[in-house]
Amino acid sequence: MLLQQLSDAFGVSGSEDEVRRLLAETVRPYVDELHTDSMGNLIAVKRAAPHAAAERPPRVMVAAHMDEVGLMVTHIEKNGALRFGIVGGIDRRLLPAKRVRIGKDRVPGVIGMKPVHLLEPEEREKVLPLEQLSIDIGASSKEEAEKRVRVGDYAVFDTQFGYHGPEDEGAPPRLVHGKAFDDRAGCAVLAAVLQNGPYPVDLYGVFTVQEEAGLRGARVAAYALEPDIGIALEGTICDDLPKEKDQSPVTRVGAGPALTIADRSFVADRRLVRLFISTAEAEGIPYQIKEPGLGGTDAGAIHLTREGVPSIAVSVPSRYIHGPVSVLSLDDLERAAALVGKALGRLASWPEIEA
Amino acid sequence: MDLGRIVKSLTEATGVAGFEGEVQGVIRDLWSPFVDEFRTDALGNLIALRRGSAKGAGPRRSVMIAAHCDEIGLMVAGLEQGFLRVTAVGGIDRRVLPGMEVLVHGRQPLPGIIGLRPPHVLPAEEWRNPKPVPMDELFVDVGLSEDEARRWVSVGDPISFRVPAVELENERVAAKALDNRASVAAATVCLEALLSLHHEWDVYAVATSQEEKGLRGAIVAAFGVAPDIALAVDVTFGIGPGVPESEAFALDEGPAVGIGPNVHPAIHEVLVETARALEVRYQVEPMPGGSGTDAWAIQVAREGIPTGVLSIPLQNMHTPVEVVSLKDIRRTGRLMAHFIAGLDESFAERVRFPLPA
Repeated sequence: MLLQQLSDAFGVSGSEDEVRRLLAETVRPYVDELHTDSMGNLIAVKRAAPHAAAERPPRVMVAAHMDEVGLMVTHIEKNGALRFGIVGGIDRRLLPAKRVRIGKDRVPGVIGMKPVHLLEPEEREKVLPLEQLSIDIGASSKEEAEKRVRVGDYAVFDTQFGYHGPEDEGAPPRLVHGKAFDDRAGCAVLAAVLQNGPYPVDLYGVFTVQEEAGLRGARVAAYALEPDIGIALEGTICDDLPKEKDQSPVTRVGAGPALTIADRSFVADRRLVRLFISTAEAEGIPYQIKEPGLGGTDAGAIHLTREGVPSIAVSVPSRYIHGPVSVLSLDDLERAAALVGKALGRLASWPEIEA
Repeated sequence: MDLGRIVKSLTEATGVAGFEGEVQGVIRDLWSPFVDEFRTDALGNLIALRRGSAKGAGPRRSVMIAAHCDEIGLMVAGLEQGFLRVTAVGGIDRRVLPGMEVLVHGRQPLPGIIGLRPPHVLPAEEWRNPKPVPMDELFVDVGLSEDEARRWVSVGDPISFRVPAVELENERVAAKALDNRASVAAATVCLEALLSLHHEWDVYAVATSQEEKGLRGAIVAAFGVAPDIALAVDVTFGIGPGVPESEAFALDEGPAVGIGPNVHPAIHEVLVETARALEVRYQVEPMPGGSGTDAWAIQVAREGIPTGVLSIPLQNMHTPVEVVSLKDIRRTGRLMAHFIAGLDESFAERVRFPLPA
C-alpha cells in the first residue's frame, strides 16, 4: 500500500530524498511533466484535457508536504551517547524510552531513561528536559559512534506501519497506525488524485519540503507556479479522545475528509469552501468541518503568494500527529482523494462555480 | 546457538506478571533439547529437570537455577468511550508511556497506542511547562467504538509493550522485557553448555512467575523443588543515562556476582573462582540488603537454601528500551554451566557452616 511505503520512509524536514524518490516513481507514469526546484519540492504537472474554451484552464496547485517531524544529532559525547535537537514541534513528553533510526543507514538507537527504582519522588513529577535525554546506539566511545553516525544526521521514530483493530470475520480493520501520517496521508491523497483524471484544469501537484519548518517549500513553489487556486492536503489534528471537559474533537476519525474554514495560518476562500461542500453532498461523500483556529498548513504560505491565491485545506483526520505513531482511517483517506478529484472536475470555469 | 535470535523470540513473547503462559511456551521449546522433564506448578512456574550423573543409593543432590520470566506491563482498568484506562503491573515510570505502542490481550491481541492530545490543542502554558500525565489520565487507543470495545476487551486484560527487539552496536540488544528474559537466555546458554560437560548434580532450571509482584513464583517453586542450593539469575543496573557509576555496572564487563547477607559466602567464592579459572569477565556486586531478586525468597524456603545471585548489567531498566550486551549473557551462561559442573560432595560440605571447635 502506498501509504505504508510513505509512512515507513525517512524524510525529516531538510532531508526528504527518500520520500521524493518514492513519489516520483509512483506518479511519473500518470503526469505530463515532473521536475524539482532549488529547495527540493517535487512538482508534477497534469495538463487539462483539451477543450474548446477560449481562456486558458485554471491553474490549480495542490500541495502535500513530504517532510515529517524528527530529531537531529547535535553532539556526540565522549562515552558515545548522542545529544539531539528537535526538528519541527514534538511534545517532549513523547521522547523518553522511544526507539529511533538515524541517518541514511537507519542506525538503530534508543532514548534511555533512569530506572524507576532509582528515582527520587520529585523526579517522577518532572518532564525530562532535552539536556537530560540522549540517544544510545550501543557505542562505548565517541570514536565508535562516529563510525556509524555524524553530527547533523537526522533521526526518525522507529515505527512500523500496521493495521489497527481486530480482524473480524476475515476483514482487515479500516484503521491503520504508523508514523508521519502528517503529512504522508496528504501525499497519498495527492498521488491518488494524480493517478486519476483527466481534469479540466492544469493541475500542479506539488509535494513540498519543509512545511514543518514554517511552510517554506510551499512558499517558493507557489511563487514559481503562480496558481489561480491553492489546495493543501494534510494529515490533521484529531482530538476525538476522552477529555475532562466537553470540548470539540477538532475532527473525528471515520467522519470523512475535514474541510478547513480557518486555521491559524489562513482563512479559506468562501467560494472554494462552498464548492467542496456542494461537491461532497452531490457525490454522497461524508465530510466534516474542522474546528476553526487550530494548526497551520501549506495553504498558509500559498494564499499570501504574490497578489494572493484563493485557497482551502482538505485533511485526513489523524490522531497523535507530531509523535511516534498516529492513527487514521483508510476510508477517510479514500474519500479525501475522491472529494478532491470531483472538486477539480467542477473548477473548469473558475471563478464561476456551481454551488 | 544464535543468541540474538533467542533473545529476540524471548523478549517479543508476552508474559506480563500473572499471565506468563505465552513466554513459557517459548521457553519450553527452547529448553526441550537440553532437559529430561518439564512440569508446571500451581503458580505457573515452569520447572525443567536435567538429570545429573551421580550414582548412589539416595536421591541425587540438586541445584536450582531461578530466572523469572514475567515482565512488567499494564492492565485494563476501565473502558471509556472505546478507549482503555490502565493500571500498572510492576514498577513503571509513567513518563515512558505517552506515545508508546502496546498489545492488549483481549479476545484477540490488539495493537494499541497510549496517546497524548495533540500539541496544537494544549493551552500555551501546558506546552511551555508540561507536566507528566498522571496514570489515570492516560488511555490506550485500540481503534474501537464504545460498543466494539466492550466486545473485544475486558477489564483485567493484560497489556504488554509492543516493541520488536533491535540489535545495536557492540553486540548489544535493545528490547522490552530483557528484565528478565536476558537471564532466561543465559539459562539457555547454560543448559546447552551442560550437554558437553559432566555434572553430578541434578539441575532444575525454573522460569519463575510473578517475580515483579513480589517474588511469588520463587516462594512456591523453592518449596516444591527443595534443591540443595540455588542460583538466582536476574539483571542489575547498567551504567547509563542518569545512573551514577557508583550505583551501576558497565555493560560488556561480565555478570555481577552478588555478595552480602542474601548470598551464601561459599557460593560467591566458588563463582568467582570458577570465573577466574575460565578467564570469563565478571564484576562483584555488593548487596548490603536484599538482592531484589528471587534469591531473597529462595534463601528462606523450608529450612533454608544456600543461594547465590548472578546479575546481568542492563540499561534503562523497566522501560521498553532496556539494553544488554549479548556477550554478558554468554558469559553468565558459561559461568553457571561450569559452576554446576564443579558441584560435588565436597561443595555440599563447604556450604554447611562448620560448628566451631
